[in-house]
Amino acid sequence: MSVEQVKEKWSNQISTLTIGATKEEGGTRTSKVVVGGESTLPYLFDEGQIPNKPVIAMEILDSEPVDWPCVLKEPFKGVLNDPVQWAKKCVDEYKAELLCLRLQGIHPDFGDASADKTADTVKSILQAVGVPLIILGCDHAEKDNQVLPKCCEVAKGESCLFGDATEDNYKTLTAACLADGHNIIGESPIDINIAKQVNILITDMGFDIKKIAMNPTIGALGYGMEYAYSIMERARLAALMGDKMLSMPFICFVGQEAWRSKEAKGAQAEHPEWGPEAQRGPVWEASTAISVLLSGADILTMRHPKAVEIVRKTIDSLMKK
Amino acid sequence: MALSGLDIYKLLPKTNCKECGFPTCLAFAMQIAAKKVELAKCPHVSDSAKQSLESASRPPVKLVTIGSGENKLELGNETVMFRHEETFYHPTGLALLLEDTLAAAEIDKRVAAINKLRFERVGQNINADLIAISCASGKKEIFVEAVKKVLSASDFNLILMCEDAAIIKAAAEAAKQRRPLLYAANKDNAEDMAKVAKELSLPLVVRAEDLEQLAELSKKVTAQGVEDLILDSGNKDLTDKIDDLTQIRRLALKKTFRPFGYPTLAITTSADPYQEVMQASAFVAKYAGIVIMKGVEPWQILPILTVRQNIYTDPQKPLQVEAKVYEVGAVNDKSPVMITTNFSLTYYTVEAEVESSRVPSYIISAYCEGMSVLTAWAAEKFTAETIAKTLNECGIKDKIAHQEIIIPGYVAVLSGKLEEESGWKVKVGPKEASGIPSYLKSLKN
Ligand code: SF4
Repeated sequence: MSVEQVKEKWSNQISTLTIGATKEEGGTRTSKVVVGGESTLPYLFDEGQIPNKPVIAMEILDSEPVDWPCVLKEPFKGVLNDPVQWAKKCVDEYKAELLCLRLQGIHPDFGDASADKTADTVKSILQAVGVPLIILGCDHAEKDNQVLPKCCEVAKGESCLFGDATEDNYKTLTAACLADGHNIIGESPIDINIAKQVNILITDMGFDIKKIAMNPTIGALGYGMEYAYSIMERARLAALMGDKMLSMPFICFVGQEAWRSKEAKGAQAEHPEWGPEAQRGPVWEASTAISVLLSGADILTMRHPKAVEIVRKTIDSLMKK
Repeated sequence: MALSGLDIYKLLPKTNCKECGFPTCLAFAMQIAAKKVELAKCPHVSDSAKQSLESASRPPVKLVTIGSGENKLELGNETVMFRHEETFYHPTGLALLLEDTLAAAEIDKRVAAINKLRFERVGQNINADLIAISCASGKKEIFVEAVKKVLSASDFNLILMCEDAAIIKAAAEAAKQRRPLLYAANKDNAEDMAKVAKELSLPLVVRAEDLEQLAELSKKVTAQGVEDLILDSGNKDLTDKIDDLTQIRRLALKKTFRPFGYPTLAITTSADPYQEVMQASAFVAKYAGIVIMKGVEPWQILPILTVRQNIYTDPQKPLQVEAKVYEVGAVNDKSPVMITTNFSLTYYTVEAEVESSRVPSYIISAYCEGMSVLTAWAAEKFTAETIAKTLNECGIKDKIAHQEIIIPGYVAVLSGKLEEESGWKVKVGPKEASGIPSYLKSLKN
């Protein structure tokens, strides 16, 4: 019996974001990462194009992580206080295509590293590896505004992705990224209207829409994942129906969120019914990732190499068409 | 096409006898049109009216029940493609595979492992639901034996997997009390399987490799009088399966396409235990009514059940915890006291951080209609006045020998007013829960 399928037709597509610039483009990266460009809902290949696969950015910190559990530190033993070696390990050993440098150490409570010192770290990492770079501040507006512009400057021409610009603090970073040719992350607190507002504020400063990624602020699996899931679905639907100011690719801080949950980091001794944390932690991170992938994530920042490996395989099977 | 309330009214007896529980036939008709009640509630409706009303009185995705009594598992009755449009109603049933060729001791072991797949998180019990016993042996005695063994060792609901109608009938008879799901009618055995399902009035899976054949089979089996179906479009690549599940749901909801008006079933295909978790989670998020998988490790099942718990949370009704004083760890009268809202996500995030700090503390969850701290503050549900009132009434005063309260960093502005209102000393905690452990540890020094 013939079944007339219900196919959706969309009028708009997600913008295409390129991170990294090679020699020809005025940078020194040996590879680039291109995300976005979808003209269909996640993984419904029959109704539009999904030209680029979602990409995992492996997270590295500029200073020894203060709140990482043992399971998470274990694979990086020996490089946790050396961001350059850490970056190399991710690229050489774990085949990272994209790195996400989180500047924890500039926070007044966690080292208060200076702008110059941090800019040097960024320079060294860019020299040590050829993959493109995401650079995140420390969520301390004042300090971020001191340090990030300096990092933009030393990475000029490399087309990094910097974050995050928020509704209350976007001007300094937007101006710096604009001046030095970088991409920017607009962050909103699980709120579609603010997401749109942030994108408008950034583009109003003359920023190219194609150089913006949206961070919708996700919660870990079990800790509010469903809020982000639905916000992302709503934003993606609105984008495909024509809303240009919601048409940017999503970046989701999967590792950061997942590893806060006790189901990821709790010791087996305390929760024998949950099974060993060596499997449980990475799977919690990976399950958080699959949830946001299904609601439209384009870039995932992740932490545990095993979780990265799992999700990479899943992405391959999702894209197998 | 669905009928309007008025169309339905025209077909009712119009006697306003109230036996349906509604004051008038018209009121009843309106409720049928809104798909809130079944036509069967009216004892006087004529057969011909029944037929023309069938499509209007039946929800687009039929509610199918497996099992009985307290343990029954209800699937279907879904109304939307995206949870933000309303909610997803009946959480995916998670089934664990068990092959009848396992040695007796192995069956016992596996069933025992499956029985343990029950967890409590954020105040809710979540558990796996079904054991899917597969007739890998192809032998009636062995299959029935395995089914009996599982029946006595577990109170989980059952899926009987066998494509030989005679064998499945013997097993289904043995398990009839449990109202098992039969798996599956395919193009070769549909007639015989339908007979078994009809005779024992059990739910039946129809399985075909593509949507056309699936629709065909679904029609054929319902024509034989089987009412409760589950649809399986076969094992395929992850994206193809997501495609099928999406089409089945869309056709049921948007086209009221009856052959697809039933819950669906998906089986994981990956031999890699990690990918199996990914597949199962994807099926849960993407409309599967039942997922059958092989892995029974808690580290595999807990995340899948949590995906289900999240996706099936009603977006309209934030989960709340009881507003009261919670004790975390071995508290005494000097332990710190923190206050937050009764939004369950907020509360449990705070609780998890307090736990990991290993500093025994009291957490007061203040009644704020299940709003988060900032939302509740903005809506004036979490103010100096309401916090002062909570401190007075929640009973914390009898538990401690100090008067210091730690408030969330986001409402630091309340400190002065709250000190005035309550007479307590107010300390401002961190904004984000993740800052709690270091904050609590710093208090101790
Ligand atoms: S039971 Fe039937 S006839 Fe009586 S009021 Fe209800 S709809 Fe009308």
